[in-house]
Amino acid sequence: MKTYKQLFSQLNRAALIPFFVIGDPDFDTSLEIVKTAIDSGADILELGIPFSDPIADGPAIQKADIRSMKSGMNMAKALEFIQKIKEYKDIPIGLLMYYNLVFQYGIKKFFGDFHKAGVNSVLVADLSIDDADEITEPALSSGLDTVFMVTPNTKSDRMKLIASKTTGFIYTVSVLGVTGSRNELSNQIDGLIAKLKKITDVPICVGFGISSPEHAVSVAKAGANGVIIGSKIVSFVENNLENKSKMKEDISAFLKQVKSAISDNKS
Amino acid sequence: MKYKGRFGNYGGFYVPEVLIPALEELEDAFYHFYENPQFVKELDELYKYYAGRPTPLYHAKRFSEIVGFKVYLKREDLLHGGAHKVNNTLGQGLLAKYMGKKKLIAETGAGQHGLATAMIGALFGMETKIFMGVTDIDRQSVNVHKMRLCGAEVVAVEGGTGTLKDAINDALRYWTAHVTDTFYLFGSAAGPHPYPAIVKHFQSCIGKEARQQCIDQIGGLPDMVVACVGGGSNAIGIFSGFYDDKNVRLIGVEAGGMSLEEGKNAATLAIGKVGILHGAKAYLLQDKEGQVYDTESVSAGLDYAAVGPEHCLLKDTKRAEYFAAHDEDVLNAFETLTKSEGIIPALESSHALAFLMTHKNDFSPDTIAVVNLSGRGDKDVSIVEKHRPLKQ
Repeated sequence: MKTYKQLFSQLNRAALIPFFVIGDPDFDTSLEIVKTAIDSGADILELGIPFSDPIADGPAIQKADIRSMKSGMNMAKALEFIQKIKEYKDIPIGLLMYYNLVFQYGIKKFFGDFHKAGVNSVLVADLSIDDADEITEPALSSGLDTVFMVTPNTKSDRMKLIASKTTGFIYTVSVLGVTGSRNELSNQIDGLIAKLKKITDVPICVGFGISSPEHAVSVAKAGANGVIIGSKIVSFVENNLENKSKMKEDISAFLKQVKSAISDNKS
Repeated sequence: MKYKGRFGNYGGFYVPEVLIPALEELEDAFYHFYENPQFVKELDELYKYYAGRPTPLYHAKRFSEIVGFKVYLKREDLLHGGAHKVNNTLGQGLLAKYMGKKKLIAETGAGQHGLATAMIGALFGMETKIFMGVTDIDRQSVNVHKMRLCGAEVVAVEGGTGTLKDAINDALRYWTAHVTDTFYLFGSAAGPHPYPAIVKHFQSCIGKEARQQCIDQIGGLPDMVVACVGGGSNAIGIFSGFYDDKNVRLIGVEAGGMSLEEGKNAATLAIGKVGILHGAKAYLLQDKEGQVYDTESVSAGLDYAAVGPEHCLLKDTKRAEYFAAHDEDVLNAFETLTKSEGIIPALESSHALAFLMTHKNDFSPDTIAVVNLSGRGDKDVSIVEKHRPLKQ
């Protein structure tokens, strides 16, 4: 199974990391979309398991969660989905989800089962570094990498603590706010990446609000090891619910644009 | 954070990283100011002259006759704004002022906390936004109007079932984006640390007063203290005054809704299991995979899938007992108190009264019960009219 370490050491540019909600709008379409994303140049997949109360998410991903849950997504199907992706291609997969789902499944069992299915890391959106011990040991002993968030208002001492507990990559949030497409890229991002680079060698991937190839390039230029694009991609699903081939075409075209833009910006 | 904010294994602060600095700042400020003499003096004066504390402990003799034992009402319904919520909004509002914050946000279910926040926003000249589910806006329109009159913006929340849980989701999302200049005035003894501790502190005046009034007026302590529980702020406020009085039973009454079937009630402590929502580990109404259930109750203020973490510990340690009252019994209690005493109770508080009525055969005539009448029912008359049209 391909690890983050292998991937980041091979790349001489920023990794392209699209985010999808598993099962949005339904299991089969979602699987096709994610395969399309892989074919269009995704380096890592960031996948969400839908939750009833996603407090870190803006409207686009909230709606994706609802579509997925209405189509019958559950833990067993999420596992099956990940296995199918891994059968298609050995690509690193990070999960991004909310704590209650992990907690109800059983923390140790969750990490064990999902690692076995092919997951590299699990980022729990509503679990801060203060309570990281609840998941770090079971995650590491299951063979997973750890991923934690840093936000523009995280203090330096905390950044160091977060970096020390992170084995995968630091999920760097570009703005104060929830997920969602934004017209302007946050002006805080360059400083935040520079600060992190001084503190740690752990790879830094940037997400929240990245909505265009230009955004991706400027994040890559600032030194990010990866660019995570969520709401913008999820909006292609929402905008083409009646036309699934256009849904895939739009996602593919967008990802190829971003990939080509960040590939021209080799470090 | 200085403290873990745990009640046994419950509580904590399970929030995204972006909210941690704001919770730290709040924790710092609270422990810095809450015993500061100037702060205490200012808050006491506001309690007395603005809100109307102390509230009376009233022996409801006619209602007592109906249930067959002595019932005293702690009259939080007489407070400015019509509910106990102002105890907390004055406390947190003053804290916000001491912290130099100029903007307030709050969630609300029945609108009582929203109104109490809007009042304090007006009083302190702070820009105020209230997040409220569309279902609740519809069923509590009088409170919506009052909030707007006070100058607050009421933000309609469409997600989920348009009730309290959805309002908290959107308030948290808004706070995430405005965390540097906005004070989130949380209304219940729930949510992430330090809110359960803060809300309990500002509501503990109910219990302190009630205990002293029992001694002064009755000559001793009651046999039980009964309060309704949604998130649980009024209950924790009155219970906390009697924690050490082991002979006083503490009884919390949740919303049993239509039935104890899944999704038909808000009886979290009765049928929920431990989970994590809105920053705290607590009992939670959820399916086996952890998706949070929709809730249903005749009272918007109790219509919540989680519950304050301290109540979870009180349940486990058996220091408090929790029951659920069904909508029909709640409406009966509402009508009974109104007809027998001329006091219109909030539907939330009517849950506590409903417990006394449905369990009246369990108690001997010399039993003394103190009920926290946490709010008045003016806001509920149209809901009651829908369920129980008046015969002319």
